[in-house]
Amino acid sequence: MIEVENLTKTYGEATAVDHISFAVNKGEILGFLGPNGAGKTTTMRILTGFMPATSGTARIVGFDVATDSMDVRRHIGYLPETPPVYPDMTIESYLDFVARIKNVPAANRAANVTDAMRKTNLEDRRTELIKRLSRGYKQRVGIAQALVHDPDVIILDEPTVGLDPKQIIEVRNLIKGLAGNHTIILSTHILPEVSMTCDRVVIINKGKIAAVDTPQNLTSQLKSGQKIRLEVQAPPDAVKGALAQVPGVSRVQVEQLPSSAHSIVTVETAQGADIRSDIAAKIIASGWPLYELRGVSLSLEDIFLELTTDDASHAQPSVN
Amino acid sequence: MQSFYAVYRKEMGHYFVSPIAYIFIGLFLFLSAYFFNYFLSAMIQQASMMAMQGMRFGAPPEVDVPGQVMRAFFGLLSTLILFFTPILTMGVYAEERKRGTMELLMTSPVTETQIVLGKFLASLTLFAVMLLPTASYLIFMCLRSDPMPPWRMLLAGYAGVLLLGGSLLALGTFISSLTENQLIAAVLTFAAFLFVWVLDLGSNASGSVGAVVQYLSVIRHYDDFTRGIIDTSALIYYFSFIALFIFLTVRSIDSMRWRRA
Repeated sequence: MIEVENLTKTYGEATAVDHISFAVNKGEILGFLGPNGAGKTTTMRILTGFMPATSGTARIVGFDVATDSMDVRRHIGYLPETPPVYPDMTIESYLDFVARIKNVPAANRAANVTDAMRKTNLEDRRTELIKRLSRGYKQRVGIAQALVHDPDVIILDEPTVGLDPKQIIEVRNLIKGLAGNHTIILSTHILPEVSMTCDRVVIINKGKIAAVDTPQNLTSQLKSGQKIRLEVQAPPDAVKGALAQVPGVSRVQVEQLPSSAHSIVTVETAQGADIRSDIAAKIIASGWPLYELRGVSLSLEDIFLELTTDDASHAQPSVN
Repeated sequence: MQSFYAVYRKEMGHYFVSPIAYIFIGLFLFLSAYFFNYFLSAMIQQASMMAMQGMRFGAPPEVDVPGQVMRAFFGLLSTLILFFTPILTMGVYAEERKRGTMELLMTSPVTETQIVLGKFLASLTLFAVMLLPTASYLIFMCLRSDPMPPWRMLLAGYAGVLLLGGSLLALGTFISSLTENQLIAAVLTFAAFLFVWVLDLGSNASGSVGAVVQYLSVIRHYDDFTRGIIDTSALIYYFSFIALFIFLTVRSIDSMRWRRA
């Protein structure tokens, strides 16, 4: 459905996207994960035909984005970072306008508009002016706009940014419901979002692809370096010594909380095995009161750290 | 064609659903009516004074009151346009760029030419709608005059206003496509208008240079129209002016794809 090969975009000296290649199958949801400035938006803008690539090719539904731009544009729906809405229009007239410029035949237009509003739960506010809508509703109008011509491919640039938790869940469910009939690429910098909605993830950093895999594989791969955080009432040095003896512990860091005898301990585990119960047992056996023990889920930063250090060790094995 | 019409329709909606068009038209009609009234009464007063002088000193000189009023009125319209059109065009592209809706248009199956023509013709339509009621003043005056001035004077005058306005709208929309800031667009447009206006003063330059500079002034060709003359060279001038700036706007929109947003 979507094939990207060696896509590169440079702005003068700066390289925003550096020889990336990936493919998306029909009906799949692909997550584009990366920090701000990683090249997510640039890649999406090239795919939608908004800007040309410096080199490389991208094909959508078999059409090349550079040479068959008009055909590509007919087959994609695109939600940019900020929803591209006209504040003076009502939701319905705006969607009607988008349906017109997307070449929806006049006979289907009203049905398509109603359908897009139904999918995004906007039906009861169809006559409201867009400028009176909240951020969450504007975002929904933006998504409705990307659906209105029933495109094969939907590209969503950070669809949940700026929404409240309830709206985020709604939008995620909406996106999941669209998969199957549509092929979807969405970008995000929120890790759980990817594991909740996407079939496959492309991790992109500094314009390069760091990893492509299913969320399950990525998470299990990352479990190897899990962190455990404890709050214990114990002298820092004693606790550090005791936990270092537990098998599977690779590193222990202890911080004394000010104004109390509690210590915050961060334990890094070496490989695979879940040793939370072993750590708890050790603390109890030592007679220290245990207030908290939890696994720290890895942040996006940790993933990048891991992925980039992996790369470095492959490239220069002598350094480590 | 469908895409062009969609853009045109959206622009018209933008003008007429929001208060923009009504404030604009209302203010324009108020000012033009006020000045028309002033010109007409001043001219009638002058004519009757000359008629009285003629009675005392012999043959009364002919005063063409409707002709004089029409020329003064078309002159006034051109001045009002100079101030009104930059406000009309300042947001045409600047606003779309700022809101991010340009990205929607440019990723839809619409060509740049369709976008530019749709927007230009919409602004020209608003301009024509704004202008149309002023014809009632002149038609009323003509019907009450004896002898009635020829209709072609009226038609030529409005053709001139439309061509002049179209030229300025084309130039103004082009400038609007260069910036995201409406205020900058308005100020630059006004400056550009003044420049193409006062090129006429280049007539002081001697020889062929002077003639060329004079030919390039937008207002110079307008004078003929206000006298009821439609000159082909003026038509060619205005149509080329409009075509040039529409072409430049298309290029400017296209170049947005290469700029870092």
